[in-house]
Amino acid sequence: MKRKVAIIGGGQTVHASRRHDVNQGEMVNEAVRAALADGRMTMDDIDAVLLGNMEFFEGCHLTDCWLADATGAYGKPGLKITTGGTVGATTIVAGAHHIASGLFDRVLCIGFEKQEEGDSSAILSGVAHPLYGRSLAGAAVGYFAMMGASYMQAFGAREEHSAMVAVKARQNARKNPYAHLKLDITIQDVFDSKMLAYPIRLLDMCPTSNGACAMILADEKTARERCEKPVWIRATETAHNEQFELNWRDVTNTRPIFSRVCAEKLYKKLGVENPATFFDVFEVYEPATWAELVWYEDLGLCKRGEGFHLIEEGQTEINGPIPVNPSGGVLSTNCIGASAMLRIWEAALQIRNDAGEHQVPKDINWALTTAYGGTNWTVMTALSKKWEDS
Amino acid sequence: MTDIFAPSENRDYFEVDQHITASSRYYAGRVGSRFFIALRDEQKILGSHCPKCNLTYWPPRNTCGRCFSQLSESDLLEIGPLGTLETFTRPNYTPPQPVPAAPVLYGIIKLDGADTGMAHLLGEVDFENLKIGMRMQPVFAEAPAANILAIRYFKPAEE
Repeated sequence: MKRKVAIIGGGQTVHASRRHDVNQGEMVNEAVRAALADGRMTMDDIDAVLLGNMEFFEGCHLTDCWLADATGAYGKPGLKITTGGTVGATTIVAGAHHIASGLFDRVLCIGFEKQEEGDSSAILSGVAHPLYGRSLAGAAVGYFAMMGASYMQAFGAREEHSAMVAVKARQNARKNPYAHLKLDITIQDVFDSKMLAYPIRLLDMCPTSNGACAMILADEKTARERCEKPVWIRATETAHNEQFELNWRDVTNTRPIFSRVCAEKLYKKLGVENPATFFDVFEVYEPATWAELVWYEDLGLCKRGEGFHLIEEGQTEINGPIPVNPSGGVLSTNCIGASAMLRIWEAALQIRNDAGEHQVPKDINWALTTAYGGTNWTVMTALSKKWEDS
Repeated sequence: MTDIFAPSENRDYFEVDQHITASSRYYAGRVGSRFFIALRDEQKILGSHCPKCNLTYWPPRNTCGRCFSQLSESDLLEIGPLGTLETFTRPNYTPPQPVPAAPVLYGIIKLDGADTGMAHLLGEVDFENLKIGMRMQPVFAEAPAANILAIRYFKPAEE
């Protein structure tokens, strides 16, 4: 990037399945005011406002326009990003590019979803291919179910391994005051939960959440002058794949290619040889338990087919050598337009040592986050505490 | 009809119901139309072959995603009808779009001659007897429409 970009503030709402007390704008505004307070800024300090949202999920359209009062966009430039599960990360990337280019110095990025107000599963069915998928069955659960079935067959993993991911996520969420599913559960509880689509049970899937996240990005001068603990955006990378029904996952999960290609490009930019030791914490986008195991492998934290050993050995616990999703992740909170931004914000909190009870108990200098878009694409972001350490 | 502007009783919040019905029309395109016509009229399953990558794609398409070669109707070739089951599941819920009611079996079948898999329903088999790697064959609809359900489902192959 042409100019350095830092995260100088952020905030989130509590995430819950019901927010009857607020409308969409009021909920977004909670996150915006939290971010401004955290960044010790007023809306007058902000040059542009970018809004990430899957709009029709809550039955509204052009949310960037009609929430302009609540977002603070009144009289300011901005745009809306609508890219599926990746929304929040794409919004941060767009904000970072606007600052890196020199166009703006301070950009407010917002991601939100108020899923209770719409029918996101009906709208999501539009992601399925109208000719080759929509008349069948399954939706997102079916996709991850077939991922899990082939993963077990190929590598000898068992349903216990996905249940371990389900437990880790919700136990971590109990330490995160903002998380939606703060569940004190065991592997047996996961097995006892309703089978949605073999081998995916209810507790193997993310919830439907309402919530918002907002972050303030700034140029180097602003960051150094106004922020005690800026978190630097060191690299971002995006990779697409064909729409998933044009090239389904194969048995060994070597297709699709998007996640591995994206990681390879990002690591090349940063000179990362061993990601498991280079990064101190990971916040990955895991809408389902099996997806987290495949992320371990696609990110190169272990060899292909060995991801389930990492969870079995406890390596990805908060106090393990490779902490993954100390926040509780998407499995605990999925307000879609905010979910990928929450990965980045939670990683920034870890670097700032501000994560509170779910703070990873070691010095966090580097963090890696991923996002996951519905038709197989990803946005990854690498963050660091200092700029000089590379 | 309910008065949508009536205040919600015993609540300290107010909500208004909204309903939108929207329909759409999707054109199968040059290659897709050929696929569905061959399926309907000849019970043939077509894929697209990229000569540069030497890969055969299902569903057929007019661009190779890997090398961006322009593919056309002349790159269509017959694949299957037998194939191998790559993975499967049994949704116990019925999604919002018009699909067969749950529980149904469905999976990914890699047809012989293709390098990519096809998602489809599985029939004439119990869930407990499904195995990744098993050979499958299509059961065609008796009165086929130009729709993927011109293949009713795949069943274990009688080879």
